[in-house]
Amino acid sequence: MLIETKGLKKTFKSRGKEVEAVRGVDLAVKEGEIFGLLGPNGAGKTTTMRMLSTLIEPTEGRAVVCGHDLAGDQAGVRRDIGYVGQEGGTWGEVTARDELIMQGRLYGMSKRTASDRAETVLEAFQLTEFADRNIKTYSGGQKRRLDIALGIMHEPKLLFLDEPTTGLDPQSRAHMWDEVRALRERGTAIFLTTHYLDEADALCDRLAIIDHGEIVTEGTPLALKKEVAGDVVAIGVNGRSEAAQNLLGAEDFVREVEAGGADPATGIAVMRLYVDDGSTALPALLRALDGADIAAASIELHRPSLDDVFLKQTGRSLREEETAA
Amino acid sequence: MKALRDTWLVYSRAMKLNIKQPVWLVVMLVQPLYFLVFFAPLLNSLDGQRGFESGAMETFVPGLIIMMALFGSTFVGFGLIAELRQGVIERMRVTPVSRVALLIGRTFATVTTTLVQALILVLLASPVGGLAIYWPGVFLMFGIIILTSFMLGALSYGVAIVLKSEDTLAPVLNTVVQPVMLLSGIMLPMALAPSWLQSVADFNPFYYAVEAARALFAGDLESNFIWQAAVFIGGLGVLLVIWASRKFARAVA
Repeated sequence: MLIETKGLKKTFKSRGKEVEAVRGVDLAVKEGEIFGLLGPNGAGKTTTMRMLSTLIEPTEGRAVVCGHDLAGDQAGVRRDIGYVGQEGGTWGEVTARDELIMQGRLYGMSKRTASDRAETVLEAFQLTEFADRNIKTYSGGQKRRLDIALGIMHEPKLLFLDEPTTGLDPQSRAHMWDEVRALRERGTAIFLTTHYLDEADALCDRLAIIDHGEIVTEGTPLALKKEVAGDVVAIGVNGRSEAAQNLLGAEDFVREVEAGGADPATGIAVMRLYVDDGSTALPALLRALDGADIAAASIELHRPSLDDVFLKQTGRSLREEETAA
Repeated sequence: MKALRDTWLVYSRAMKLNIKQPVWLVVMLVQPLYFLVFFAPLLNSLDGQRGFESGAMETFVPGLIIMMALFGSTFVGFGLIAELRQGVIERMRVTPVSRVALLIGRTFATVTTTLVQALILVLLASPVGGLAIYWPGVFLMFGIIILTSFMLGALSYGVAIVLKSEDTLAPVLNTVVQPVMLLSGIMLPMALAPSWLQSVADFNPFYYAVEAARALFAGDLESNFIWQAAVFIGGLGVLLVIWASRKFARAVA
């Protein structure tokens, strides 16, 4: 295990009030995997990552990172981890080469070693061409690549990436995913935070969903989605929604029914039915409603996504929060 | 050993940034040059009068150099806030670099640039202000400049890392620097002050710095102001470095 935490907590004091940002997180990250922490803004993702990377001290709880006790051996943790913050960590009138060499030297490398390593890293991240230009002339994607290059300059066992693709255009984003996968191929484990569902789904080997400072569930994306139920059918009815729920909930292929309130404008209430196989369930559900003389106002089938997992666990949709934010 | 090496690394990075942007040299020299050209001539008629016994320029120019060190060092925190915002400090705090080195390295870079500015100003003041330079005194005065700049650099970085915003840093620093400058007798000697004002000035370490600089310029190496300035500013500097290093180590940025 590269990371093992037990009851990690962080409480901030703000204007005399105590705010519990992280309320007891238990996590395990294995060697060589991409581990994602998925959650909405303010869920405690960044705070958890900042604790694990020695930037802030936990209020309570314990953690072992790369074999070093987080509280007792910060220097040991720092030697073995790389960290790339949300803002990156580069700026202005310095060149990529200078910053990389400096970074290497901060980790104790000699000038010569740092310079050779910088050359290798520049090449690996296709930055050789811009190596001697001021960073302020870089595009968003180039700068992000440099941020990560800085993070792995000392060949850490574990790399922390805080929201690695926030603010990137779709193409740079796809490139970034490739870079992260390439790092894993070379044996670096990745711990990343994200609020993008597709990123967590496509990139992570395993993930934990965090909400209000607590881990609500953990597993591979596939296992998490399976856990929710096979498929979800969302049916809207205009009036008699309770009767419809009872009726459909009684069908033996329906695992669970989740009621929704009526939309005040249209009067339509949408319920969500968790079923094993949506394609065969649809006709049967419509037939049942017909039989009870209830008209379906809308019907929608969707295969489970991580958003459904989040919804199931927290009662809220991550996608809606994203658009609201 | 590691702390020394780290300090050197942080220092050389900061210096490299300074050298790449020589604008600071000009900007910081402009204000004292304005004073030298547009204000100093007003004092010429006071030559030899109370407070100006050793000559108008001989009294004004040393104070001007301290003022430049004062302003040049007090506002270095702005650069730090930009680096904080861009995550540079955070990136470095995750490395095993010595926490104290992150502060001291930068502060030494501030001291270096201030010394260069002071040297240029001394060389310019001689022809512009018609001033004879007593080099042994000037050399010792640079010691006071080093202490002043070191202390104020540490203060500015410490306050910057606490406030983390230019919008609050500027008024806070101004509130401190303006009275400190006025009470140091830079513009007009404190010898002209009513006794209550003189008593307040006695608590201002920069009053001693300005008087020490004047004594040194005049070649009076025996003046008590010299050791008083060194002790007060040096002592305050050490305290502020300790305070600011702690803030650097614990900064939640």
